Amino acid sequence: MELARDEEEALAGKKGAALASAYRILVAIGEATDATKLLPIKWAHVSGVNYNTIGDAGVQFLDKFSKTARVAIMTTVNPMGYDRSHPEGIPEKFQEEQTSIVRSYEQMGVTPSFTCTPYEVFDIPQKGAPVSFAESNAAVLTNSVLGLMTNKESALSALASSITGKAPLSDLRLEEARKPKVGIEADFKFKSELDYGLLGYFAGKAVKESSVAFSGIAKPSTIEAKALCAAMGTSGSCGMFTIGQGRGEKISFTKKEAKAVMEELSTAEDGDVITLGSPQLGLNELDLLAKLTEGKKFTRRCLIFCSRAIHGQATKVGLTGCLERSGAEFMCDSCTCLTPYVTKEKYDSVVSNSVKGAYYLNYSNKVSVALKDFRTIAKEYAE
Amino acid sequence: MINNCKKIVGGSGEGCALVTMQPINFLAMVDPKTGLITDPKHELHEKSLKDAVLVFPYAVGSSVGAYTIYSLREFGSAPSAVVCSKADITTASGCAIANIPLVDLPKGGAAIRQGVLTRVEADIGRITVKV
Repeated sequence: MELARDEEEALAGKKGAALASAYRILVAIGEATDATKLLPIKWAHVSGVNYNTIGDAGVQFLDKFSKTARVAIMTTVNPMGYDRSHPEGIPEKFQEEQTSIVRSYEQMGVTPSFTCTPYEVFDIPQKGAPVSFAESNAAVLTNSVLGLMTNKESALSALASSITGKAPLSDLRLEEARKPKVGIEADFKFKSELDYGLLGYFAGKAVKESSVAFSGIAKPSTIEAKALCAAMGTSGSCGMFTIGQGRGEKISFTKKEAKAVMEELSTAEDGDVITLGSPQLGLNELDLLAKLTEGKKFTRRCLIFCSRAIHGQATKVGLTGCLERSGAEFMCDSCTCLTPYVTKEKYDSVVSNSVKGAYYLNYSNKVSVALKDFRTIAKEYAE
Repeated sequence: MINNCKKIVGGSGEGCALVTMQPINFLAMVDPKTGLITDPKHELHEKSLKDAVLVFPYAVGSSVGAYTIYSLREFGSAPSAVVCSKADITTASGCAIANIPLVDLPKGGAAIRQGVLTRVEADIGRITVKV
């Protein structure tokens, strides 16, 4: 990868340690993805905010880094570990470390969005604009649905792009890589967003290329696309899908493959708590859930994770009140994945519609999961 | 000896080869304090990355895995070098910030055997297996 003279100087440390680290990261990911040069970008979305994911080493790294690092472009950030207006049951140490992480990001000048669905909260640049999105669901959705161009960035590479305003010109930032060379054909009719999640999880494992074409399915709705992108981002490295026939190899997705994903991730029949929101729920999901549970009460605890911005919009149109009357509890700024609200000390099993959530609940939180779609959850757990 | 490896992050490191053909989700599968692979379904379950030369295809899943690699270094449990078939952005950025030498194997290069003492010299793109 060729660097301009000012980029070489920054890499050599002439503009401070933070920028030198950032360019070191950009050079490594540029080499890994065969980039020719760095390209100015408009928007970075950074992950690595939840204390449960970055731990003490991450806290210390950000504390030091933020002393001199400043964002150069619009930078939004992923959810943190908990909702600061609901600290009940969150250990004091967790709260302190989480506060330190938030302080570090704020010091760098980020927009305190605490969302994994920035595409539902902020204005979207024009199609084809290069961006740098960590948070795998957001990277995949941004490429596939919004037509922006990002690689599947890491927490640290998006941070490096945030403070340099640049990202490598490579892979999914080039038209050629966006044309799928492998296809997956579904041979059964999808019934819910959960089926899209199962397809995404299967696709992530099956596809080694950067882009995949799906056929045999209708163009997904926003709710379905979120489930698909989140699951695909979780199991694999593929960063984009298109709907239609791809070139080259064709892989089948039958009920057998869907069942295999269910057998891996749906590890319980039932759960002690319902968690919804990985990715965080948007207005249309809240609206659907409110309609499905109108006049009914959840028969067990139901946690809804959404961004504070969406919560505000939902409150204005009466959706939060409606869902709270059904007994649901809102947790803003956080999400189902690696949340300290759901631990194996408190719960044996969880009900969720999120394949991504199920993966992290099983593997990281060590809590078993009953995977059910929105409609089934409302039918079985609201009376 | 394997030549013509692609340097992703420079430097040299030596250790016993820990080899898998399965991708790794660093966030979900690795304990950063001990370096142990915690996923019972992974073929490296209960093996430690500490001081090893990790040979694996590429990382999958969470973008936060880059912090897991950095944390391994901070806890003294990092691999001494990493060899990928096609390094991904999470692995590349994590190794860059943790100063872990990282190379991609050349296409059609010889396989590295499990447990063999291996030296990676990223700057000259060479892997030496010590018998």
